Amino acid sequence: MSTELLRESFRIQGRNFDKAGEVSSEIKVMLRDLCIDAANTRRTVIIAYEGEMNVVMYAQRGTLTLTLTDEDINLQIEDEGPGIPDINLALQEGYSTATDEMRELGFGFGMGLPNMKKNSDEFRIESNVGRGTRVFARIKLDSRPCS
Amino acid sequence: MTLQEIQALLQCEVLTQGDDLQLDVSQVVASDGMSEILAFAKSKELMITGLTNIQSIRTADIAGVSAVIYCRGKLPDKKVIEFARQKHIPVLATRMGMFDICGVLYNKGLKGVS
Repeated sequence: MSTELLRESFRIQGRNFDKAGEVSSEIKVMLRDLCIDAANTRRTVIIAYEGEMNVVMYAQRGTLTLTLTDEDINLQIEDEGPGIPDINLALQEGYSTATDEMRELGFGFGMGLPNMKKNSDEFRIESNVGRGTRVFARIKLDSRPCS
Repeated sequence: MTLQEIQALLQCEVLTQGDDLQLDVSQVVASDGMSEILAFAKSKELMITGLTNIQSIRTADIAGVSAVIYCRGKLPDKKVIEFARQKHIPVLATRMGMFDICGVLYNKGLKGVS
């Protein structure tokens, strides 16, 4: 049975491209301070950043919750957005519903969700069309955090 | 190859003056798509991009690349340069296009990541 060491939630504001990524940068600093190794920090932060960008691009608002245990890092990204009608299709590399505006920002080339899945040890998406999407990602740790 | 050698080779302007250009680079990741950078960069690469908004530096920081070169003569605004300074990421800019930059660096022995 794993022991929960930390749980923190961050609000993500939809359509605010200037602030997009701030939550992930904050998480990067937090994980470094908690002695999480560079490879697992990198995987976690890539998942967080892609998830954060998805909320900013598609949803009104969202929440990212980070839970750290002595065995793993869990990310839950929940948004109030349009939802995903076909999750398997959305997970295919290259499939995208992005607008030109999103692509001009460097995102929306159909790599976001596949990147999140690739960097996770466990990955799950739940979505209700018209209501929102919830993404879970788990990253197993090789060594115990320092607090 | 050092960043200083690359600067001379590509006739780059250094946008974050004062950064260490003796930094050694052996691998390159080049794209305007930030998810591609995140998917392929393993860390410490040189990043070439034509995207000059704040997300380019945010992506460089998250992906752990060591320096950024903006191509095609595109320049970021001051806010982006200041953000790169805060993150200690050297930023350069050249008039050369991405294809030519990659060709020149490949000929000098630098490799891509896949």
